[in-house]
Amino acid sequence: MGAVSTTAPARSHEGTPDPNENYLKATRGIASWLFTLDHKRIGIMYLVLVLIAFGLGGTFALLVRLELFTRGKTLMDADMYNRMFTLHGVVMVFLFIIPSIPAALGNFILPIQLGAKDVAFPRLNLMSLYIYAFGACFAVYSMVDGAVDTGWTFYTPYSTSTNSAVIPMVLGAFIMGFSSILTGVNFLVTVHKLRAPGQTWTRLSLFTWALYATSIIQVLATPVLAITLLLLTMERFLGLGIFDPKLGGDPVLFQHFFWFYSHPAVYIMIVPGMGIVNELLSTFSRRAIVGYMFVAMSSLGLALLGFLVWGHHLFVSGMSEYATMVFSALTFLVAIPSGVKVFNWVATLWKGSIRLDSPMLYALSFIFLFTIGGLTGLFLGVLAIDVHLHDTYFVVAHFHYVMVGGTVMGFVGGLHYWWPKITGKLYNEKMAKFAWFFVFIGFNVTFIAQFIMGSRGMPRRYYDYLPEYESFHRISTMGSWLLAFGFLTMALMFVQSLRNGKKSSRNPWGSAALEWQTATPPPLANFVKVPTITRGPYDYHLATEEELSET
Amino acid sequence: MTIEPNYQLPQQLSTGAAEVDDLYMFVYWFSVIFTAIIVGVMLYSIVKFRRRPGVKAAPVGHNLKLEVAWTVIPLFFIVFLFHYGFKVYVHNAVAQEGALEIRVRAQKWRWEFEYPTGMRVNSEVKIPVNKPVKFVISSEDVLHSFFVPGARAKKDAVPGMYSNVWFTPNTKGPMQVFCAEYCGTSHSGMLATINVVDDAEFQKFLKEGEGPEPGEDPVAWGKRLYTKNACNTCHSIDGSKSPGPTWKGIWGRPESFVDGSTGKVDENYVRESILKPQAKIVSTFVTTQMPPYTISDKQIDAIIAYMKTL
Repeated sequence: MGAVSTTAPARSHEGTPDPNENYLKATRGIASWLFTLDHKRIGIMYLVLVLIAFGLGGTFALLVRLELFTRGKTLMDADMYNRMFTLHGVVMVFLFIIPSIPAALGNFILPIQLGAKDVAFPRLNLMSLYIYAFGACFAVYSMVDGAVDTGWTFYTPYSTSTNSAVIPMVLGAFIMGFSSILTGVNFLVTVHKLRAPGQTWTRLSLFTWALYATSIIQVLATPVLAITLLLLTMERFLGLGIFDPKLGGDPVLFQHFFWFYSHPAVYIMIVPGMGIVNELLSTFSRRAIVGYMFVAMSSLGLALLGFLVWGHHLFVSGMSEYATMVFSALTFLVAIPSGVKVFNWVATLWKGSIRLDSPMLYALSFIFLFTIGGLTGLFLGVLAIDVHLHDTYFVVAHFHYVMVGGTVMGFVGGLHYWWPKITGKLYNEKMAKFAWFFVFIGFNVTFIAQFIMGSRGMPRRYYDYLPEYESFHRISTMGSWLLAFGFLTMALMFVQSLRNGKKSSRNPWGSAALEWQTATPPPLANFVKVPTITRGPYDYHLATEEELSET
Repeated sequence: MTIEPNYQLPQQLSTGAAEVDDLYMFVYWFSVIFTAIIVGVMLYSIVKFRRRPGVKAAPVGHNLKLEVAWTVIPLFFIVFLFHYGFKVYVHNAVAQEGALEIRVRAQKWRWEFEYPTGMRVNSEVKIPVNKPVKFVISSEDVLHSFFVPGARAKKDAVPGMYSNVWFTPNTKGPMQVFCAEYCGTSHSGMLATINVVDDAEFQKFLKEGEGPEPGEDPVAWGKRLYTKNACNTCHSIDGSKSPGPTWKGIWGRPESFVDGSTGKVDENYVRESILKPQAKIVSTFVTTQMPPYTISDKQIDAIIAYMKTL
């Protein structure tokens, strides 16, 4: 990684921000944030928004679980419950999880990992943020205007016949799609054009590779969602007969269109999380990731395969048996790149030099939970079993193991890991581990109960249930309280760190990665001098003592 | 004979269920072993290779053989899984010839069944044991899904098309039916029961239709019909808010209707509202999604008797 100086040279003229000054202090005032073109500040603004969305979506989830604590009415009626689980899904998918890692952490870290000053199109980057915020306003408007009761999937003809506020919500998702596309384009160009001298493709971090693969999906798949949602709006508004059989349409067509985006979207969510796991495993094992090229290519493999398996959401929807056969076979292929990642991660731990700091705990949780999430995907890929498990709590538990056990663990792990880099402050490690414990235990209690009630036949999206499922629902709800307690502790810990956290050294984890070689927090231009890259981010055997120094 | 394979799966109530469960248990044990290996290696590494002063991580070499091995070996396994799963699926998808055909109409929020004789019943259907039965499913409004956990069978009810599910029940007694595709307010109330009976009882039922249980008075029968016909998914009996008018104090209640007319709830009004729900809609509800019911006069009388007690 060669010579990366961390000392700031003399200040420049008054008025123009000094590119070598700490990015948090280079300019001041609210306008300096709202109109900033700095990818780091844009990343932070994204981070704040997605964390608000996460809190909101989490609150909806807690209310859903609370309602299910007893049979019959616990605290809300059926129509309110239907809105709660819909809002939980919509907020978590469109407002939180899709932008979470790429737009928030990715925006901050990606250019630094490339050795670049910023993303390729800083203005476009700021525009993406505002488009996202604008779309979110529509979603919030829908919530105030009676909300939506369709489920986050907006299946027709229910979504075209219900009297809830479908149109603003759908438009919100439509608008946020553009934000996702623009971020994708920006990252693709940035990776291609803005790599520092010596930053070859085989020296890219695996987080960068993951974001690169994700960006391809964002650019290619999101337009299909946009068209679908637009058609849905036109059907509701103008009575255009695309999906409603009464008007000559086909409701199954909507499912094809919807999942043609939303299945690749699963990889928009999980692949960046996998990328973060590589960074954490390498840093806390002091070792290169085993099978670097295989891991990098498996991200692209997942991105590609993600486009070919949407039909597995339609195995019982009345699609032809031949189509189910093809989609089942293709779905199983996803196991290959997923397996490659898990095997290489475990091999990386083997003979490493492992330290269990809080980010590492999240990375290890990711491997464990994602393994379960992936393996339960096998059950659902096997056609005969899927017929039984489809639309039950088994599916709910499966995708929460992937989305929360995978993406959220990766996101939270990354947040802990880069927190000192972003804020310049350390957090209370004991409290972080305490929070991790509750998140990990709470998550498993919540969703293992759901696996069992699901395979026993409990359908999803049920306001009420038969007595035989009551104990499972109770355990699951109590698990959600542990989970919530864990996240609240974590939030408190981060707030405490902001208020009176100790100052972080340049490289608190002793990482060899490029982003830890510049100052912490980074200067406005990321590096005082354009770095010349002489090794990969995981080459601990090539890194100097000074580069790895934790002080 | 009923078999409870384990705590993870519901009772096997059809001839095809065991095969699905075998497949399930195979994937389950594979997953348990795989997870145990991954977690085992992880935990071992965390302890054995924990960071110690002076000990460096071993450098990472290139082991192409290993990489290729764990890319290719799982391929054989998934081809096997796909094949096995597809075989059982196809068997469960193509109905046996000569199966008893029952039409299923899904509508918010009840299941209506129609026998080849033209007899229609709601929410509770009788079928003979050990005979294949094929349900031909359609929907009158939005998506629903016909889910019979005891038979490991499920198929969406899609408006504008027919789909079907078949199985051979092998155990006398009730089989639970769920709606598994979200359909609105009373989605979780859209339940039905398949009663598996011996052939003699089934033939008697086909001939005589539904009647009260022996010794059951009209009020008790009417109460049973109230849930059986899924009236409860839209009409509360405790006065709470529901998609249709509550039945609490309904008898003799003066109502005004959306067409501006007024009336009193009496025998003729109830009868008309069951057979032709669109005729007079109570004005506070504007429209109705209630499907027309095809039930016998005796059943209507029983429901009226029950209403009078509320």
